[in-house]
Amino acid sequence: MPLLEIFRLTHRFAGLCAVSDFNFSIEPHELVGVIGPNGAGKTTVFNLITGVYKASEGSIKLNDRELVGLTPHQITRSGIARTFQNIRIFKELSVLDNVRIAHYGQIAYTPAEALLHIGRFRAEEKRITNLSLDLLAIFKLDDSANEKAKNLPYGLQRRLEIARALATRPALLLLDEPAAGMNPNEIIQLMEFIRWIRQTFSVTIILIEHQMRLVMGICERLVVLDFGATIAAGLPSEIQKNPKVMEAYLGVEVAS
Amino acid sequence: MTKLSAAYFALLKHWQTLTGYKYFWPVFLIAGLAFCAAASASEFLDLYLQLILIYVGINIILTVSLNLINGYMGEFSVGHAGFMAVGAYVASLLTVHVFPPGAVNILFPLAILAGGVGAALIGFLVAIPSFKTRGDYLAIVTLAFCMIVKSVLENIDAVGGPRGLLGMEKLTTLPWVFFWTVLSVWVIRNLVYSNFGRGVLSIREDEIASDLMSVNTRQVKIIAFVVSSFFAGIAGGLFAHALQFINPRMFDILKSTDILIMVYLGGIASISGSIIGAVIYTILLEILRPLGIWRMVLMPLMLVLLMIYRPRGIMGLREARLFIPLRDLVTEKLWRQKKKEAPDASA
Ligand SMILES: Nc1ncnc2c1ncn2[C@@H]1O[C@H](COP(=O)(O)OP(=O)(O)O)[C@@H](O)[C@H]1O
Ligand SMILES: [Mg+2]
Repeated sequence: MPLLEIFRLTHRFAGLCAVSDFNFSIEPHELVGVIGPNGAGKTTVFNLITGVYKASEGSIKLNDRELVGLTPHQITRSGIARTFQNIRIFKELSVLDNVRIAHYGQIAYTPAEALLHIGRFRAEEKRITNLSLDLLAIFKLDDSANEKAKNLPYGLQRRLEIARALATRPALLLLDEPAAGMNPNEIIQLMEFIRWIRQTFSVTIILIEHQMRLVMGICERLVVLDFGATIAAGLPSEIQKNPKVMEAYLGVEVAS
Repeated sequence: MTKLSAAYFALLKHWQTLTGYKYFWPVFLIAGLAFCAAASASEFLDLYLQLILIYVGINIILTVSLNLINGYMGEFSVGHAGFMAVGAYVASLLTVHVFPPGAVNILFPLAILAGGVGAALIGFLVAIPSFKTRGDYLAIVTLAFCMIVKSVLENIDAVGGPRGLLGMEKLTTLPWVFFWTVLSVWVIRNLVYSNFGRGVLSIREDEIASDLMSVNTRQVKIIAFVVSSFFAGIAGGLFAHALQFINPRMFDILKSTDILIMVYLGGIASISGSIIGAVIYTILLEILRPLGIWRMVLMPLMLVLLMIYRPRGIMGLREARLFIPLRDLVTEKLWRQKKKEAPDASA
């Protein structure tokens, strides 16, 4: 059974059809790339999956459960986490708090217990703090745990954003152009890193990428979007040869 | 469990040795309460000074509670005086008309509490427009709220209409103000350093990202508004029974502005800042009273200068260590220490 199944998804912004009749499905533990030129609708698909926008038409099912109509935090708690094309960490907060916040849905104490610091409060805070510190240690961010997130160098901010997403315990991880602003050398490291994340946290990953290099290297399957519709899908080697893709995607890239 | 979390537990056990503030709070609370009780019983402090201290306490409650919304959450509410009015009227109606005259003294805390609960119920309703992400939206809604409260009160004859409400006994004593001030500071501090408080902060930072990181932003906003308006109501009840007279005009937008100035003077998102802001502003107002109308020039001028040289307020986005729970202090110490042990690890 597919983990995520998208059926005839359509989304319009005041007349502009950003996603049209998009179909997609992904099996557990797959790593699938979504590529396409700028403005193709890739980020909009992520925003629809995670509930930032409500789809105009169509359905999105996670483990056969309909997601359209749920709020973003409900969708996150049902097992989908994401990063952003433009980093959106909580800049003025500590690195530790960035990760602790992502545990929001996993904390068992009530507001009353929080107001009085009684009951399960202490034990739960200890548990969440330890989980967060351990996660930061895995991502080699523990040295900066009490640093403000905005003081981290760019690469570490991207890493923190992934750590924060994983703190929500997702089954499906959505990465929106994680290689943005990286040089070829860093991209190779990032490819290793993404493989390692999939292994370590046993997550299914959908990877949006603008640059072909990254997706060709690690994705098992590719979907190519242009003007909000799928123009090709298949193995990376097939996609590379597909004339439609060359025209829509590579054509643009060569020209620019 | 990693070595680090083991070390964390070990440090937690020995927190006493890590903090120099071990005795501060017990001493402060006992001495403070004793001082307040002695002052109000023997009047070694003249009544005018006592009244100023009472206003300091009330203003601390108002500032800390408004800071939760305007500082920690980053919204802009101008309706705090409206919540204060609800608390003032509910508490006063209870002590003047409902409670048996003989038992008013004993039932006074109940009246204050009821004022807080009344304001909290209204706060729950005001939380709903804050669900909209647009920032200026809430300022307009709370402005309207403040005006509605005032005109509703002016049009109900049973609460005295525009003339207001008289006949409260002087029940707001220094020890009571001390008690409620400590309680509100403690509860709001607790909230800030909890899961929900981190939710409040993350809404200020990036509301959509916060929701996407599993934070139930609506729940967080409701909690913040209910707690904030609850304590505004408490302050209102205390205020009414200190002045022994209230009318709707006391709780207009100018009163909200006073509280806003204290928040931005002391510093956004800071408990210690709120206290500093409330103390400085209340005392300055009294000192400058002889200046009469010039006060109205001097105070805003001070605010302007502050906005230029210290735009986040005196303690903006910072906190005195005394208000940070040991748990969080210990974490910080742990990481500092770890950095010292392996200086090149972070390089
Ligand atoms: N919030 C929005 N309002 C209006 N138009 C939008 C909005 N978000 C995206 N679009 C438009 O939808 C199209 C797809 O955008 P996007 O999904 O960001 O593309 P990609 O991520 O593939 O570069 C673009 O034409 C973009 O201008
Ligand atoms: Mg995009």
